[in-house]
Order: sequence, then structure tokens, then C-alpha cells
Amino acid sequence: MSATEFFQQLINGLSLGAFYALIALGYTMVYGVLRFINFAHGDVFMIGAFCGYYLTPRLLPHFTGWMIPLGPVAVLILTMVICALLGITIEKLAYRPLRQQPKLTVLITAIGVSLFLEYGGQFVFGADPKSFPELMPDRALPGTGALTITTTQLAAFIVTICLLIALTFIVKRTRLGMAMRAVSNNAAAAALMGVNIDTIVSFTFGLGSALAGAAGILYSLSYPSIDPLMGLLPGIKAFVAAVLGGIGNIPGAAVGGIILGVIETFVAGSAFSTYRDAIAFSLLIVILLFRPAGIFGRSQIEKV
Amino acid sequence: MKYRHIKKLALLAAIIISGLASHFSGGMNSYYLQIIIFIGINVTLAVSLNLINGYTGQFSLGHAGFMAIGAYVSAYLSTEHSAVLFKALGTNFFSITLLFVAVLMAGGVAASIAGLIVGVPSLRLKGDYLAIVTLGFGEIIRVLIQNTDAVGGPRGYSGIASYTTLFWTYSVAALTIYIVISLIDSTYGRGFLTVRDDEVAAEAVGINTTRYKVTAFVLGAFFAGVAGGLYAHSTTYINPSGFDFQRSIEIVIMVILGGMGSTAGVAFAAILLTLLLEYLRFVAGYEWLPDLVRRIAQNRVIIYSLVLIALMLLRPQGLFGRLPRRGIPIGGSTKGAKLPANSA
Repeated sequence: MSATEFFQQLINGLSLGAFYALIALGYTMVYGVLRFINFAHGDVFMIGAFCGYYLTPRLLPHFTGWMIPLGPVAVLILTMVICALLGITIEKLAYRPLRQQPKLTVLITAIGVSLFLEYGGQFVFGADPKSFPELMPDRALPGTGALTITTTQLAAFIVTICLLIALTFIVKRTRLGMAMRAVSNNAAAAALMGVNIDTIVSFTFGLGSALAGAAGILYSLSYPSIDPLMGLLPGIKAFVAAVLGGIGNIPGAAVGGIILGVIETFVAGSAFSTYRDAIAFSLLIVILLFRPAGIFGRSQIEKV
Repeated sequence: MKYRHIKKLALLAAIIISGLASHFSGGMNSYYLQIIIFIGINVTLAVSLNLINGYTGQFSLGHAGFMAIGAYVSAYLSTEHSAVLFKALGTNFFSITLLFVAVLMAGGVAASIAGLIVGVPSLRLKGDYLAIVTLGFGEIIRVLIQNTDAVGGPRGYSGIASYTTLFWTYSVAALTIYIVISLIDSTYGRGFLTVRDDEVAAEAVGINTTRYKVTAFVLGAFFAGVAGGLYAHSTTYINPSGFDFQRSIEIVIMVILGGMGSTAGVAFAAILLTLLLEYLRFVAGYEWLPDLVRRIAQNRVIIYSLVLIALMLLRPQGLFGRLPRRGIPIGGSTKGAKLPANSA
């Protein structure tokens, strides 16, 4: 592999990793407050892509002249709002009534919700893949020499970084973020200190789902064929990324996503390309066996 | 008559009845026969998964992977390596029976080796982590098969001899039920339940929880492998995508619907669900039904998902299951995750 090829793969890997990171954040935040894996998270990502599919032709024509660059931003924001509402609704209807039940019951419900979104999506949107409309021109950036960096890759980077900064600000600097961290640390104690757990859980679901929706749009810019089952694999891989970084740990999820994206791209570019989908799972098993708390996580001691 | 004699007699009766049914099924509609065989295979799969998920409390989402290993190993052996046996013994009833039993066992053993490999990480993982890892194992197995050219890779493997009969299917199903029930009723088998109910307490009283978990995986995988072998020799064509995540979910739904930890309930749910899903094919064809209903009937997974959600919200113990003691989750400890009921 030549140096150019190496850097090209690295760039592709980083942009794939950015999507995984955005989805992984949702897993990690929900795990942080509720200690459960929201299986349906990958499907919120899919809904995000479909929001973009339906919103783009309806919104973009309204943005003319100097407002043209605002069109994609409007689609992105509206998609994030819709996905946030979807996430909050799922939590209210399916997960909240089960909060006192064993974890397994909630997990099974989450699988049910995931299947419902996937196949309900097939029912509503149709099972055939659709081509994502051109939200922004996709061409190679000039002046990068032998490397190819596309405008969509650049946009994905910029949006991801902005969202990460915004998220860090929300979690670290706002009262809601403080409450989130408190619930994540010790839910019972936070409730005693006057934190409204239900609000925080809803907020967390909304935040995570909005990020997944954004990831759905950005992913579809680079891989413009979308279908209702598209969320399954990226969803599970993003979960692996969250575990890799240490589940419940927000910077960990971002780093885990990037690492997974890079590894996967390099495998896909090698002689083992057909094993691409098995990589994430093998990685997961290895992490869980040797460092179950992930790279940044702290292992917890089980108390009786 | 003692209970254990009744169990043995019931097993014997089931095998004899399936033998007789098999003998007289010659003129039967092959479509119905296929469905009845699928029911038997699904009962075997569901009852064996129930040993892992229901009795031992280890939530596995990769049962289709074990089934795939059994299906591919037995199909490969019976297709590529049967010539030696037939040359030595001639092609007759005896040699075919010998071959079929041998390949089914080989498929089961191969699957149980995979079960051992999955069982070992399960020692360290609980609940949802384990679920994802087993899901991952299932997918890895599928990707490996897809990349194995000797068994056709993604094109699938065809030309498998059609050996599966009602007799084999239902004998295996009856044997699986018998072994699982006897095991759980035995003194040794109570250990599985203690692992599910309270692992820490079980360990404290000297139960080797590690060994029980691995045993559950190995045994469960073995029967899944045998069921896979039956499946392969029934459809005569297998394809890696037939053993995907959705197949695992199907088996899990049978277990959950029947009630985790209730063999009779799970077997019943397997029968019910297989019949229901076949019936939906007809519903989809009924002209007089509204278009919406027919389209939903075509998309069976929507129905799965609604059944799952409704069941968890209304009757999480399943149709025949018993609720666990309050505060003791099935899938491991809640570790400080208990939130106050009405914190608003």
C-alpha cells in the first residue's frame, strides 16, 4: 500500500468513523442514564435518512439566491427535531412503562421496537432501495493533490465536529447536562436531590436520537442508496464503537467510532474485504473479553 | 407409576407415533407435510433455546448460527462424503439410516463446539451485552459460511438428499423435550435455575455457575445443530441468508411467547407461531380483506414486533411462564439502575 493509498483510506475511514461516532453517542448517553441498550437506535438513524429523503425536495426550492447554503442546514435541523421527537415518543410508549421490570424485558421490547421501525418502514416507504436526493453538490475538493476529499466528506466532518462541540457544551455547561450526569452517576440520589428523572430520560433520548438523525443525513450524502433496513448494521457497529470507547462515556463513544471506522475501511480495502461485516463483531468480542470497560471506561465492582 | 416412568413412556410413545405417522404419510400433500416437519424442527429449536434463555437466564440471540453450523456440516458430509459409506454397505435402508444419524450427530457436535466457544465469553457478560455478543457470533458464522466456497458461499448449497421424515423430526423433538425436562428436574439440573435466579447466591452456596452456563450453551447448540441438519435434509437447499438475525429472533419470539422457562409453553408457542405464519400467507391472498390488512399479513415481521412489544408490556412472563420473584431480574443484576417508580 502506497502512502497516498494509505492516507486516502485513512480519510475514508475517518468519515465512516464520524457516522459511527454520532450514532454511538446516542447509545452511550442512553446507557448512561438508563443502563440499557436501546436496540432501536440504529433505526432512528434510518428514519433520519428517510426524513432527509422526503424533506429535501420540499424544502430546498424555498431557499434561493444567497439563502441556498441554508437549505441543507434547514433539512438537517428539521430532521434532527423529527428524530428527537421520535426518540422521546419511543421512550414514553415502550420503555417508560417497563422501567421497574427486569432489564431483559426492556431489551426484548427494544428489539420489538427496532423490528417495528424496520419493517413498518418497509411497509410505509417500500422495501426497495431509494436514491437519496442531492442535498449538496458532491465533488472532489481542489488542491488536495493525489488524495480525494469530497465536499460531502468535508461537510460530514464539519457537522460532526460542530455537533460534538454542542453536545459537550450541553452536557458540561448546562443545568440539564448537569442533571444528566447526575442521573448517570446515581439515579436514586439524583432523584432525591430534586432532579426530575423522567424529564432527563426524555431529554437524553431526544438528544441521542437527534444525533442519530443527523448521522442518517450525513451517511446518505456519502452512501446515497437508502432502504428501511439500512440502520441495522451501522446501528450494531455503532454499539460496538460505544463499547470500544467505554459505554456510558461520551468522548469514548466518539473515539471508538473513529477507531472502528478506520479499522473497517482498512479491512475493506485489503484482501479480506468480504469479511468486513465480521470485523466489528470480532472486535466487540475481543474487547469484551480483555477490557470489558472499554478504552476510557472504568470497571464497576458488582455489589450484592 | 412414578413420574420418571411416565416421561420415558411418553418419549417412547412419541417416537412410535412419529414412526407410524411417517409410515402412513406417503400420500400426504407435500406442502402440509413440509409444514408439519417445520413445526417439529421449530419445536426442537425453541425448546433447546429455552434451556439457554429460559432456564439458565443467559439471553442468546444467535441460535440461528448454531442451526446454520449443524445444517451446513451435516449437509456437506451427507452430500460429499456419503459415497464411501454407500460403497461399503450398498444403498439400502440400513446404510441411509446410519448415514443420516451420523451426519445429524456430526452437525450437532460441530454446533456444540461453537456453543462452547460462545459459552466461554458468556461467563463474563450479562444481559444485553451477552445478547449482542451472541448476535455477533451468529453473524460471524454467517459471514464465514458466505466466504466458504466448498459449500457454495453466498449462492447457497443445493443438491442435499431429502432424508428428513416425520419420524426423524418428531423423534428428535421428543428427545429434546425429554432430555431438557429430565435435566431440569434432576438434582444437577436445579443448578441451571439457580444461575438464572441469583448468580451470586448460587456461587456462594458452591454451585459452579461457569460450568452450568457453558453446559447450557453446549447442549442448546447441540440440539440446534441437529435441528439444522433436519432442516437442510428437508428443504434440500440451504442458503446463508436463511440463518440470519431474523431467524434467531423468530426462535427467541417462540421462547418468549411460550414463557421463558416453560418447556411445554415454548413447544406450544413454536407450533402456534409456525402455523400462524403459514396461515398469514393465505390471509395475504384473501381478496375480500381490505388492502391494508393483506399488506400487513404479507409483512410478517411487523406482526412479530407488535407481538413482542405487546407481550412485554402486558404479560412479560409469556403465555405459560411464571413471573420471577420481584426484584430479581432474569438477565442479571440491575446494578443500581433501579429508578424510583414515580420520581415526577
